[in-house]
Amino acid sequence: MNRKLVSLLFVFLMVFLSFGVITAQDEVEKPLVGFWESCPTPSNLPATVTVGAIFGLSDAVAVYGVPQRQAVELAVEEINESGYLGETVFEVRFEDSAGNRDQAIFAMTKLVEEDKVLAVLGPTLSSEAFAADPIAQENSTPVMGVSNTALGLTGMGDFVFRNSLPEAAVIPGTIAQAKEVLGLEKVGLLYGNDDDFTVSGYQVFRQALLDNEIEILGEETFAKGDLDFNAQLTNLISQEPDALVVSALAAEATQIILQARALDYNGPIIGGNGFNSPAVLRDTGEASEGLIVGGAWNYGNPNPTESSVRFVEMYEAKFNQSPDQFAAQSYTGAWLMATAIRCADFGADADLAEQRLAIRDALLQIRDFDSPLGVFSFTEDREPLHDPIAQIVSGGKFEPLAVVMGESG
Amino acid sequence: MNITQQIVNAIWLGGVYSLFALGYALVFSVLGVLNLAHSAVFMWGAFIGLVAVTQLNVSVWAAIPLAMVVSGVISIVLDVLAFAPLRRRNAPRISQLISSIGAAILLVNIAQLIFGTQPQRFPLGSIPSDPLEGLPIRITPIQIIILLVAITLMAVLQYLVVRTRAGQAMRAVAFNQRVASLLGINSGNVFRMTFFLAGALAGAAGVLFGLAYNTITPFMGDSVALKGLTVIVLGGLGNIQGAVVGGFVVAALEVFSIAAGGSNYREAFVFTLLFLILLFRPQGLVGQAAETRA
Repeated sequence: MNRKLVSLLFVFLMVFLSFGVITAQDEVEKPLVGFWESCPTPSNLPATVTVGAIFGLSDAVAVYGVPQRQAVELAVEEINESGYLGETVFEVRFEDSAGNRDQAIFAMTKLVEEDKVLAVLGPTLSSEAFAADPIAQENSTPVMGVSNTALGLTGMGDFVFRNSLPEAAVIPGTIAQAKEVLGLEKVGLLYGNDDDFTVSGYQVFRQALLDNEIEILGEETFAKGDLDFNAQLTNLISQEPDALVVSALAAEATQIILQARALDYNGPIIGGNGFNSPAVLRDTGEASEGLIVGGAWNYGNPNPTESSVRFVEMYEAKFNQSPDQFAAQSYTGAWLMATAIRCADFGADADLAEQRLAIRDALLQIRDFDSPLGVFSFTEDREPLHDPIAQIVSGGKFEPLAVVMGESG
Repeated sequence: MNITQQIVNAIWLGGVYSLFALGYALVFSVLGVLNLAHSAVFMWGAFIGLVAVTQLNVSVWAAIPLAMVVSGVISIVLDVLAFAPLRRRNAPRISQLISSIGAAILLVNIAQLIFGTQPQRFPLGSIPSDPLEGLPIRITPIQIIILLVAITLMAVLQYLVVRTRAGQAMRAVAFNQRVASLLGINSGNVFRMTFFLAGALAGAAGVLFGLAYNTITPFMGDSVALKGLTVIVLGGLGNIQGAVVGGFVVAALEVFSIAAGGSNYREAFVFTLLFLILLFRPQGLVGQAAETRA
């Protein structure tokens, strides 16, 4: 009996030691993101924890959705390889919303009610989030937008989070800085009037322009999916604005930049978050020089966090392309979700509602989280808190506005 | 520059709409069926042009006829697989309409598998898109070229249908397939020819559209499909001149409602006109009553 016990203890000791060696080896490669110290390695979690992710993987919105999925895949790989959740496997189930409200609702229903995931990342567009998030809220399931920037999104309920800075947090600074640097007095305003994101961007722009006492010469609208903006642009440009202010998604943004330049408008174009994508720059070439966009994250940030540098390296090595802001936010989102699960450390026998509630409560506790976006916290209203960055396109790249203007001034 | 520029904008946009609507109108005029896969063939045309330019290093101008031929062939295959079996069974026209929706979904999904969902583009610089200098209006060489090609294709189609024997056969089948068959016209051939022509037009429109807006995705047909439908209903279903007139009318309405300061209501103007036309002139702007057609 005693001998058995001793040998059993011995085996345990060996296992324990070998684990020690493994974790010691891993510590060299340990990710820079995560609450490794603040929360102990979880020991009660079930063998697998599954989180859903709804991204626009097809249709025009794939410009955002595909990098989002890639970034989440990267985070999942890193989380599992580093043993961030102990023995537990972190799994993400992807659904395609195609930029469509109905499909987002369908995806959310499937994930929350049939697949019974613990929490959901996404959906990609604010309009999808307004349609689909109420389903998560009704089922008391945490949902975290990683690219939703429209006004009032988290007002939908106490399970609705986002880690993407709302336009309201980015645009006023951008306009104020642009006025200071470029001496804006009068501008033309163009926006998509059938999408929650572009409309709320327009409202914030309008307010920021009024606050900065900049005259609005004219307002023009378009619809999602439009390709020809010549008529609207002709109207605005003929009034000789100091800048064009545009709230649009990437697909329309590309056409607007190209067509404005073809109409011989060479002044600055100030865009919302939809312009904040390497794809827009790639597809517009020289036409995008002088485009001004506020953002949450920038590839060329002169003062990136260490985890941002590491993220860019890993992303480029794995996918052979540069990450954009949406990738950085999605990557951070997956890590935030895993962190909430780590810190919640609920038991495998807890029922689903308890597990979801525990994750929600743990998310609310996240403060000063070191991520590629910077030092990140959730506010009490489940909104993100970190420093935004104003950018201008110079030499074919988004460069921080302060850096470029510092050079020229 | 405002109002002259807006006129230029309207003419240009009208050319784009008409070109797309022509193939729609052609198939409807002969088969009496809406081919909702037309927008998918159009999309394939754009991709074929793109592949020809980027992979085969063909010039942009050689890519247009190439895309026309391949799209024409795709369109014939479409007829053989999706329309002919139903015609043989004398299936109601609504079945053919639904079959064409299925074919459209299939074609879009295949494109999605092969080309992915990210928008693709002709390499920057392969298209002359710098505005012409020294004019009171702003227009790019590519816009002029597209307008010219579109007008030429419309004229050629009109000539084919009105002046040639093949066109006569098409009109005969359109008027009454049974009578035409009794007169020794091989209606199967006429259908295939119609589909080839419609496909070729869609292919040309696809490449030109791709060049004009330089955004090519498997879903690019969706946005034009509805416009094209509006255009042909407005112009007169199955009427070739109607498609052209309708294209320019829709474009002019859109542009001038924006120029007048109503960019919020431009679609409302278009669809109000459509509504009025359907109420008071259901045969369309140019269309004739059914008995006097052909």
